[in-house]
Amino acid sequence: MNWDDSMPMVSIKDVHKAFGDLEVLKGVSMDIKKGEVVCIIGPSGSGKSTLIRCINALNDIQQGSILVEGQEVNDPHLNKLELRKKVGMVFQQYNLFPHKTALENVMMAPIRVLKQSKAEVEKTARALIKKVRLDGKEDSYPGELSGGQQQRVAIARSLAMNPDVMLFDEVTAALDPETVGEVLLTIKDLAEEGMTCILVTHEMNFAREVADHIYFTDRGVIVEHGSPTTFFDEAKDPRTKEFLSQIL
Amino acid sequence: MSQSTYNGFNSRKNQQQYKTDLPVMITPEAKVPGSLTSSLSAYIFKPWHGFMLIFFCIVSSSIAFGVDENAKSSIPEVLWRWMPLLLKGFMFNIVISICAMAIGTAIGAVLGLGQISLNKWVRRFSWIITQFFRNSPWLVLLFFAMFLLPFEIKIGGLSIPLPDWVKAIIGLSLPVMANVSEIVRGAVVSLPSGQWEAAESLAYTRRQTLWLVILPQCVKRMLPPWMNLYAILTMATVLASIVGVSEVMTLTGQALAAEGGRTDLLAPFYSFVLLIFFVYCYPIARWTVRLEKKFSVIG
Repeated sequence: MNWDDSMPMVSIKDVHKAFGDLEVLKGVSMDIKKGEVVCIIGPSGSGKSTLIRCINALNDIQQGSILVEGQEVNDPHLNKLELRKKVGMVFQQYNLFPHKTALENVMMAPIRVLKQSKAEVEKTARALIKKVRLDGKEDSYPGELSGGQQQRVAIARSLAMNPDVMLFDEVTAALDPETVGEVLLTIKDLAEEGMTCILVTHEMNFAREVADHIYFTDRGVIVEHGSPTTFFDEAKDPRTKEFLSQIL
Repeated sequence: MSQSTYNGFNSRKNQQQYKTDLPVMITPEAKVPGSLTSSLSAYIFKPWHGFMLIFFCIVSSSIAFGVDENAKSSIPEVLWRWMPLLLKGFMFNIVISICAMAIGTAIGAVLGLGQISLNKWVRRFSWIITQFFRNSPWLVLLFFAMFLLPFEIKIGGLSIPLPDWVKAIIGLSLPVMANVSEIVRGAVVSLPSGQWEAAESLAYTRRQTLWLVILPQCVKRMLPPWMNLYAILTMATVLASIVGVSEVMTLTGQALAAEGGRTDLLAPFYSFVLLIFFVYCYPIARWTVRLEKKFSVIG
């Protein structure tokens, strides 16, 4: 593959997506470099979640191009499994497998999908659970964990596949306020270690703190983007200003 | 997870708070969400049904005995004499029900998975088969099997006989198959789509997703309706008497005829048949209800 680190890890160009007659994305473009943390913010219904779900082909697109490490996602012959091994995803509703313990949730995919040895996977899985500060909860079932704990297991589960990019789809939106912090802290750790992260979020302070670049979407287009300081302090577009005045 | 218990608690609290006789103000008891069979549980046996049957069996035999002064032998005595044969007949009903359930479940599970296949034609075919057999009267299907299947199958030089009871099993397994197919499909679609998406985003193949993530979670959802179906099937095995299989109903009829068609024996004998079905099906029904409750709390 003729892709190297200096090129964007994820390159989105003029992406169009419609659900039936409803046009959700109307020509979105962005580049995300290796190790970069990008936050996508915007009012609900503006297509943020749809956009990041297109990156790992959970949604298909009608027009445009998405390159992940040089591989075209908008391709009928795309090997989705190979793509998804490189792209991890964490969901708003955690989506842990309720019939498996926390440890099993983390271990399943590397064993079944990557065919790694069980002993090796268990070692990394325990390390990951420790990393998301859940040591001692290995044998708990998702139903026995709080929302914040479940979400951290979900992050560990995704990291166990050793992805190159992590997608976070409003991962704190369903959490109690007091557990939001622990999940954000985990994501911040990841970002500081150099993981490429694409986040859809409503946590403005968090975005300002960790993001390298912020995109503001509204009605299927990117209205404005820039570094956190320029975005939050010198927003130019009236729609951005209005949104920020409502939320800050 | 705790939503259902919370709602239940809430509605009970509301009822205590607002005492009213206006129907619109009365909060209905929260139904267990996600339960596939909650509507069916209204038809499930209660213990008093059993006591009623025993009571009726005894009372009807003694009344009938009192009325008929020329009786040769007492009704309990006659019933006692025929009991081994009737119980043997009932064992046959159980054998038919277990075989029909096994065959119906095996084929029905395949059909149910066919209904969620990605292939349009497999999906359509499975759907049509399921709907056809699910919406046909069981008795008609039984007649169908009885009169359209040959009495023996010749494979090469080997001829396998198909006695009536085997045909009855095949006939009864058809509606079971269709119902199991719907139970499987229903359980799979009742899982939140997030489970599919999470597995997909972890690069599971569709087959892995189904076998490692979806179906293990479906088993507990499928168990109560499946057991319910078994209880219904067991009770439907008496239909085989109409096509001449010598199960408990047929034998009861023959026993009554052998006793010279004494009308005073009708009620005690048929009450006895009801009673043995009750004794067999009631524990299944109880167990089903318990499993439903257990799973609705965890799920």
